[in-house]
Amino acid sequence: MIPFIRKRAFASLVSLILLIVAVFFLSRLTGDPAALYLPSEASEEMRQQFREVHGLNDPIMVQFGRYVWDLLHLDMGESIRKARPAFDVVAEAFWWTLQLALITMTLVTGAAIVIGSLAAFRAGGFFDRVASVTSLIGASAPDFWVAIVAIVVFAVGLGWLPTSGTGSVWHWILPIAVLFIRPFGLIVQVVRGSMITALSSAYVKTARAKGVKARPIIFVHALRNAMLPVITVIGDQAAALLNGAVVIETIFGFPGVGKLMIDSILQRDFNVVLAAIMITAVAIFLMNLLIDLAYSALDPRIRH
Amino acid sequence: MSHIDTIPDEPKPLVRFARMLWADKFALAAVLFLLTVLVLAVAGPHWLDGAAQKQNLRGRNAPPFEWERGWLWVLGADALGRPLLARIIVATQNTMMIAAGAVVCSAAIGTVLGLIAGYAGKRTGEVILRLADVIMSFPSLLLAVVVLYILGPSVGNLIVVLSITRIPVYLRTTRAEVLEVRERMFVQAAKVMGASGPRIIFRHILPVVLPTLTTIATLDFAFVMLAESSLSFLGIGIQPPDITWGLMIAQGKQYLTTAWWLSFWPGLAIILTTLSLNLLSNWMRIALDPVQRWRLEMRQTRKGETA
Repeated sequence: MIPFIRKRAFASLVSLILLIVAVFFLSRLTGDPAALYLPSEASEEMRQQFREVHGLNDPIMVQFGRYVWDLLHLDMGESIRKARPAFDVVAEAFWWTLQLALITMTLVTGAAIVIGSLAAFRAGGFFDRVASVTSLIGASAPDFWVAIVAIVVFAVGLGWLPTSGTGSVWHWILPIAVLFIRPFGLIVQVVRGSMITALSSAYVKTARAKGVKARPIIFVHALRNAMLPVITVIGDQAAALLNGAVVIETIFGFPGVGKLMIDSILQRDFNVVLAAIMITAVAIFLMNLLIDLAYSALDPRIRH
Repeated sequence: MSHIDTIPDEPKPLVRFARMLWADKFALAAVLFLLTVLVLAVAGPHWLDGAAQKQNLRGRNAPPFEWERGWLWVLGADALGRPLLARIIVATQNTMMIAAGAVVCSAAIGTVLGLIAGYAGKRTGEVILRLADVIMSFPSLLLAVVVLYILGPSVGNLIVVLSITRIPVYLRTTRAEVLEVRERMFVQAAKVMGASGPRIIFRHILPVVLPTLTTIATLDFAFVMLAESSLSFLGIGIQPPDITWGLMIAQGKQYLTTAWWLSFWPGLAIILTTLSLNLLSNWMRIALDPVQRWRLEMRQTRKGETA
């Protein structure tokens, strides 16, 4: 187990270093922050001073060297926009995104497993047809379109829920409901397909012949064996959410890491972009490890 | 089942696929819809560009289903009084061109890299895989903004951004399949008979991998369409006066409370297209798989007998 983790960590670290180098140099191609943060009538002296303060005056290789040196001392630099350590800015936003992702994925996983399994049990039946069509439509809808239609209906039209922001439990309902749809549609289909295979296997036929009732057959015998491909998809979807649901967070004014990312990119706040990439990368690495552990817990034949 | 002793001739591939399509009415509807979209994408701009550009300030945000204005105004008009139906039809070309361009480029590059990664030595494969990891975790938004700033916004540049981000999908699938296929007997036989590396890859391995890739590409077409519309929605994709469906949704956003139809119809166009692509890909998964194909062909004969 430990050598396995070490090998994985090493591979991920190599990718992360390449990623940081790429982002560091590419993000500086989007332009000069001084042109964005100072008023257009600012003098050249003021611009020079701004660049001096934020260390943007030196040759780019010197800047990179300094960044790496600071990083090795666990310092991710300052945010230009917020005038605070970039790590703090990102950590705050990441906490919001983490909560959103956790709640959404828990709901999605529970609902998708139950509905997908029931659809597979009577494959081709009425419930299966309804579940398949709904999940397909769910997987096909552009989420930002669903989000604005939901705002029009539930926030503006009926006035039941707030349009955007955070503050109360009610503010969470629309973002979660919209984020729920697409992963739900995808995972229901995977659960259904995988369950159909599991239910037609020999051990399920044996259980049926022995007179085991339908519910234990679905949820005990078949489900455990059908879970492997499902967990892979759950992992992919959770990773996408942890990266920040940029569009949904923007529409609902949710202070998560996706909104922070797009704002920082557009406002050339390079240190925050880099810090956000590193923190989400570590989170996704940890999650993938958990998923591998889940694999071997479900199927003892998989050993690392 | 009366002619059990006479085995019918294998039908021609085209006839065979048409029959299998007929057996799945959802897929049939999807194909018909996609063909309509394709025709509109090719002919739309020539046909309706004038109508889609012509501003009519007396018809600003005209509501849908007012028949007296003519059929172009059936879906209402936008904030400058341009008929929405005409604009949706004209936007089809850009929307489809971006998605198709991105899918073709990423599929071609990803497949070749995947074939190399799967067939070449362990070290080359490892390097290519790490590259795919970096691309996968690189924020596509940043890539879009960088390209937008340096190269300027255009259909071609958006295709570049989207195809780079989708390369890993094909790369990983192809590599995984190649690793399995290369151990099979016919590949070993080709090797023993002295076939060169490229010949084995392209003549012996690629045809086996191709059906899976086609199915993924269909599904990915839908994904790329959604990604393009998200980028345009955030303002870092296509820029006006060019239009795509995603941009139309974004432009209608500020009139949501007074004129919902501005954003609603283009969104519906996206949903119907991606839904059709999903249905088509579901059908292809069965139709292109020789082991599963009987499901569609059996249904056909059973129906033929009862009729």
